[in-house]
Amino acid sequence: MGAKMVEFNGWDMPVEYPSAGGIIAEHNAVRTGVGIFDVSHMGDIQISGPDSLAAVQHISMNDASKLAIGQAQYSALLYPQGTFVDDVVVHRLGENDYMLVINAGTREKDVSWVRDNCAGFNCAVENLSDDFTQIAIQGPKAENLLQKITPGTDLSSVKSYWFTRGNILCFEKSSRRYLGDILIARTGYTAEDGFEIYVPSDEPTSTSVWNILLEVGKEFGVVPCGLGARNTLRLEGKLPLYGHEISDTINVCEAGLDRFCKMDKPDFIGRSALVHAKDRGLTRTLVGLEMTERGIARDGYRVLDDGGKEVGYVTSGSFAPFLKKNIALAYVPPEFAELGSSLKVEIRNQPVAAKVVPTPFYKRPKKSAS
Amino acid sequence: MSYPGDFKYTKEHEWIKANGTTATIGITSHAQESLGDIVFVELPKVGTEVAKGKTFGSVESVKAVSDLYSPASGTVTEVNADLATAPENINKDAHSAWLIKIALKDPSELRSLLSSEDYEKFVAEEN
Repeated sequence: MGAKMVEFNGWDMPVEYPSAGGIIAEHNAVRTGVGIFDVSHMGDIQISGPDSLAAVQHISMNDASKLAIGQAQYSALLYPQGTFVDDVVVHRLGENDYMLVINAGTREKDVSWVRDNCAGFNCAVENLSDDFTQIAIQGPKAENLLQKITPGTDLSSVKSYWFTRGNILCFEKSSRRYLGDILIARTGYTAEDGFEIYVPSDEPTSTSVWNILLEVGKEFGVVPCGLGARNTLRLEGKLPLYGHEISDTINVCEAGLDRFCKMDKPDFIGRSALVHAKDRGLTRTLVGLEMTERGIARDGYRVLDDGGKEVGYVTSGSFAPFLKKNIALAYVPPEFAELGSSLKVEIRNQPVAAKVVPTPFYKRPKKSAS
Repeated sequence: MSYPGDFKYTKEHEWIKANGTTATIGITSHAQESLGDIVFVELPKVGTEVAKGKTFGSVESVKAVSDLYSPASGTVTEVNADLATAPENINKDAHSAWLIKIALKDPSELRSLLSSEDYEKFVAEEN
């Protein structure tokens, strides 16, 4: 495919596909058409058995009891301090059967953390990370593309953050076959409509699914996308990235993810620390910045107040390919978080002006009735 | 990819084309290709002194920031202002989208730089 590869947490991952036009072209294909991502580095943990719900409730901050079979939710695993082990998507596979999709960089840590904290429950914890290859199909035309190879499944009936199981048409040269019972979820990490499918990870199978998506996607202008575009897409949508907006030293309130944290559900790890954190009030909060002078804020750059005093730091920053602006996420004290506040980002020793803007930077347009 | 024979090159992937005591400086086609989509260029002001092997600005792709190293010493006489609004010109044609022009302090400094053949060999080895 001519991908530019990069090592990412021990995985050889495509950062961009120059033959597809590079990061900007990939990014904009997802905003206006469709792109596909090899996200095989993502991990999966299955928790099943009589106490599986109680276990999931204990280890994650969202309320898994609200999930119907076939439904998914954004959630997070927390340390007792209310900071992040990882953010996850919890899928309810069956009556007593859940799957957590976890990040690559935190995989080993997550698996042992989940095992340790589920030990008191009557449930089995299984690491399925090596069994599945996750492929994301993202963009306003994702449904049209994926529908081409899922003839038995009506994708239009799969709502956002729901999933189904279906057959995927897979062909190699002259032979055609169906991969049965594939998990097809309407989820993603691009702030766009789209799907994530979990196919068997053996190379012939995952490669042929990838190739068929490229082949049948030609009529929709499908573009293979790398981690570079995945990062700029999620940044425009203010979707957090572990090690940047969330980490083991940042708590849920600071990250602004309270709406996924259900304080009224049964007790969970991190809850009591968050109660205290809420009482104490925030010392820093995540804001969106737009550069108003020339310059691109990058991860780790210092944020200064108008007088040049350091008040915070950038967690992620980039040129935003669809918005065509230089944007960033940063932690600053609440008194600097008001919309319109002017701040500076220190770029190579120069203070460069920025202002606090509403987030997410990008919101996908509402689907028009069709 | 062809590297003009009348340019000299650095191992940091800049090119320089001398014309008497002035010279034009840019980054190579190989550099733009490895950087990917260029979205920002920071250049010195006219009158700034630059020194051989020292940074004089930076170029940013979507992913990363890269320093620019001057192939020779001198004083900046002209800056390619188009790049402020159209940095992608470097991706389109790195060997004509120049960055700065300088008055050379010592034209003999260029002798130690790579020829087009040497640079091509260097890039091939680097890969």
